[in-house]
Amino acid sequence: MSAKEYRTAASAQGGLLTVRGAHGIAFGDRVQIRDHRNRQRNGQVIRAGVDEVLVQVFEGTEDIDLESTWVRFLDQPLEMALSPEILGRIFNGLGEPKDGRPPIVSSLRRSVSAGAINPAARTYPREFIQTGVSTIDGLNSLVRGQKLPIFSASGLPHNRLAAQIVRQAKLVDEESHFSIVFAAMGVSYSDAQFFQEEFASSGVLGNVTMFVNLADDPPVERLALPRVALTAAEYLAFDLDRHVLVVMTDMTNYAEALREVATAKGDVPARKGYPGYLYSDLAEIYERSGRIKDRHGSVTLVPVVSMPSDDITHPIPDLTGYITEGQIVLSRDLHARGIYPPVHISPSLSRLMKDGVGKDFTREDHPRVAAQLYALYARALETRNLASIIGADELSERDRRYLTFADEFDRRFVGQGEDEDRSIVETLNVAWELLSMFPKDALTRVSETDIAKYYHGGGA
Amino acid sequence: MSEKVKVGRIQEINGPIVTVELAGLRNGEQVRIGEIGLVGEVIALDGPRALVQAYESTEGVRPGEPVRGLGHPLAVELGPGLLGSIFDGVQRPLATIFSQSGDSIPRGLDIPSLDRGKRWAFTPNDALELGTTIAGGSILGTVQETGAIEHRILVPPLLSGELTELAPAGEYALDDAIGRLRTPDGQTHKLFLYHRWPVRTARPYLRRDHAVEPLITGQRILDTFFPLLKGGKAAVPGPFGAGKTVVQQQVARWSNADIVIYVGCGERGNELVDVLETFPELHDPYTGRRMMERTLLVANTSNMPVVAREASIYVGVTLAEYFRDQGYDVVMLADSTSRWAEALREVAGRLGEMPVEEGYPAYLASRLAAFYERAGRVKTLAEKTGSVSLIGAVSPPGGDFSEPVTSHTKEIIQTFWALSKELADARHYPAIDWTSSFSAHVSSAARWWAENIDPAWEAKRAEALKLLARDAELARIVNLVGPEALSSAQRWELEAAALVKEGVLQQSALDAVDTFASPQKQFLLLDLILTIYEKGADLVQIGVPVQELVGLPLLARARRLKQVYGSEQITDLQAFMDEIRAEFDRIRLEYAKFQEHAAT
Ligand SMILES: Nc1ncnc2c1ncn2[C@@H]1O[C@H](COP(=O)(O)OP(=O)(O)OP(=O)(O)O)[C@@H](O)[C@H]1O
Ligand SMILES: [Mg+2]
Repeated sequence: MSAKEYRTAASAQGGLLTVRGAHGIAFGDRVQIRDHRNRQRNGQVIRAGVDEVLVQVFEGTEDIDLESTWVRFLDQPLEMALSPEILGRIFNGLGEPKDGRPPIVSSLRRSVSAGAINPAARTYPREFIQTGVSTIDGLNSLVRGQKLPIFSASGLPHNRLAAQIVRQAKLVDEESHFSIVFAAMGVSYSDAQFFQEEFASSGVLGNVTMFVNLADDPPVERLALPRVALTAAEYLAFDLDRHVLVVMTDMTNYAEALREVATAKGDVPARKGYPGYLYSDLAEIYERSGRIKDRHGSVTLVPVVSMPSDDITHPIPDLTGYITEGQIVLSRDLHARGIYPPVHISPSLSRLMKDGVGKDFTREDHPRVAAQLYALYARALETRNLASIIGADELSERDRRYLTFADEFDRRFVGQGEDEDRSIVETLNVAWELLSMFPKDALTRVSETDIAKYYHGGGA
Repeated sequence: MSEKVKVGRIQEINGPIVTVELAGLRNGEQVRIGEIGLVGEVIALDGPRALVQAYESTEGVRPGEPVRGLGHPLAVELGPGLLGSIFDGVQRPLATIFSQSGDSIPRGLDIPSLDRGKRWAFTPNDALELGTTIAGGSILGTVQETGAIEHRILVPPLLSGELTELAPAGEYALDDAIGRLRTPDGQTHKLFLYHRWPVRTARPYLRRDHAVEPLITGQRILDTFFPLLKGGKAAVPGPFGAGKTVVQQQVARWSNADIVIYVGCGERGNELVDVLETFPELHDPYTGRRMMERTLLVANTSNMPVVAREASIYVGVTLAEYFRDQGYDVVMLADSTSRWAEALREVAGRLGEMPVEEGYPAYLASRLAAFYERAGRVKTLAEKTGSVSLIGAVSPPGGDFSEPVTSHTKEIIQTFWALSKELADARHYPAIDWTSSFSAHVSSAARWWAENIDPAWEAKRAEALKLLARDAELARIVNLVGPEALSSAQRWELEAAALVKEGVLQQSALDAVDTFASPQKQFLLLDLILTIYEKGADLVQIGVPVQELVGLPLLARARRLKQVYGSEQITDLQAFMDEIRAEFDRIRLEYAKFQEHAAT
């Protein structure tokens, strides 16, 4: 089958182009548009009728002159050319080179909208990844094949944390490196630059594939970008047997682009103007991470989601949380107190931690230490709250101990250097120093054996 | 199928919604779309046109391609081979598809739900005599499907007549006839080990019975505080990460149902893998058999096509009713009904239907009610007793329980296990909030507990809830005026409430010992902790300083009891009761001596 070309564009609005008289065009097909100034744009068929076709134009539909625009239907889906050469390269949201170098030449091209992974083909992710960050490793561990977003907000150091994770992530007993897929949607030039310099200075640039759509690049392209990037990630993981860490930033920009197009299409909005299918759309992206039976590689996904007005119940973080396997939540309060990384552990969670830590993976006391720290911190935060109402002087001695614990915990466990790469044992040691502030009887989540082995407090 | 296949043409493709020109289709009819043969279903008729929703991605399909109407609605295959399997939202066998087609699910597959090659050892029902009239739903014989479950082969519910042939014991494949039946109009029907049933039609039964017996789940906050009866309906609402899936998986693991149907409806792939990988290793505490032998999974994960998600809960509940009709107690878990409702909304939106609240169509509430109505304890057509308990997770946007799906569901169900973000953030698991949860089954459950465990159950339960309510009240006072304002008795109440929370309510699904607690253990733990509370309160009353009680090592031990002693170590728990009594008697005595001393 071959490409067909038409000059019958009937309307162009909000990134959508209607073409009349095009017959037998397949749903989802790739489209090239040449406007009156001979500039090329790209698109995809999102509604295919007998004689009217609706095309989503990735570069937008601004100043398209309908009369003199050529629309070419390529008779193929949106695809990405794949070869090991993609490492070390920079592409745009459609997988076209953005680094001034020639396109990837390969006979292997894959449609970017992969079919859903058969659940029966998956294996459960359970290999602990040491990120060197205590709040993650100790309390919300990341495992290979997990999708674990960073929930952040404007002005918080999510980029620095993401970069630190990329720099430090490793498996405990394996000298294997992650290949990195970096997907940037609507980020500022300086943020993109920050990551590029990070990758360069840590010497991993040759092991990174970047997909970049800047804040002033066409928003509609952001809809294709994560799918293109994940197609590359899956290729690296499941064809080339690599462990791939995908960092996506910022999913909020992605969802906003989706809303823009949905509104133009006249889709029924659900919450805050976002279309009802935002959940399914995000799930199509996030669920592409994982491990697959009999495959060596894996796709681990760390998306950055900024919470509009710091609101975790906003549809974008909310729906993300409903899909991903936990979340690392950054706090403006900790940040204001100068604590880096400002991870607020209470709303943070890793659902896959349960099978990735403990005796065979990290250390036998790890899951119980985590539960104990959480229990104490929850109580400590209540106490801190109480102290702010009635004054610390009114607290009992027992309560004051919790208050000190909260401060020490924030300072020593949460806080660490941006270059500080703590081993899991170091993280657990800090944890036991903090636990040892309490009498043994207050530690009911750890076992008596744990206490005998690791407790070194003075209390009875 | 003998019905004539109708063929038409595609007019338009709009995501999963396809307009076709084909007269004579019926609403709900199954179709095959395009050259590739995607499976779909008719959802609206408009003269010679029909709107069809595809259960698979329509990428690459073109207007002008053919569409075939199959003449029947979405139906499931019911027979041996269901248990231990994983199906997608329209009952395609995912493990088979994986072994035939690899990592992702190819489109347009035509593959039977149940394995046709496998032969099953069939034992005919001795009680049946040839020539007698048998009714739909009668038991023709049995197949020992798994070690745990005897599969009872049923006459299709709507068929009845004279039994003219019944195969002898032997090995049969699903397509081998195992009997014949002549209907009153003289037609002869072959009977097989399996039959089909349309998923959107509830299966018939003789009559509904009252639910009487609690579904024991081994989870204290559920069984002891907010019980569900076999045949009841429950909802588990909660924000993301609060523990809906864990609650449902715990019920799937530890409940005393005969059959468990777990429907992953628009949720994570890895959660189903978790069940698939762990259940074969776990043992059913009641039968000792492997848990997978009584379990069946329906998986339409969040990244799978939305339309099949809408179908998946009907597939699940039809499978549940089928096992009920064999005389089993079935529990079906749907995670999450919100994703099902969203699928409904998405389709309604594409049809241009008028949205009423948050984009949902007006019929949301009635569809939800109709779904839950399929729960119940019944006398089956074969005069056996069976039940379907339905437990649906609800995922309210932003954790807001006033949204449409949660609020409508709340009107329908009898048991409400409300998860709270605050409790989950504090790692109080299960994060079921005792103030907003409820059960309409407490008095029925109380009869069972009184007969089987202890007559004091209802009173103890009430006492614990009262203590928790006092705790909330006192916490408010502390937050206003500080802890110094509390009396000694009130401080002891706070301490005791903390004990109830930690020692009874909190129960880690991840703790090897505490993950399951027998009713006996549940009652004992509650009794022990309330005894500490009462004895302590007595001492505080006579003037023993509360600090002395709060510092007792006994309290730390009481907090750990749940994970130290398993359900089989009842005598150790009973021995602890003696220790409590001895310890408090000792303090009373010491205090009396001390006072005597002070007096002299
Ligand atoms: N009873 C429990 N014991 C131990 N951990 C629990 C328990 N309940 C919940 N958790 C913890 O909470 C995490 C989140 O629970 P779960 O996955 O069930 O949430 P959910 O409500 O289903 O969220 P979502 O709506 O996003 O699916 C679990 O991964 C586990 O770590
Ligand atoms: Mg869940």
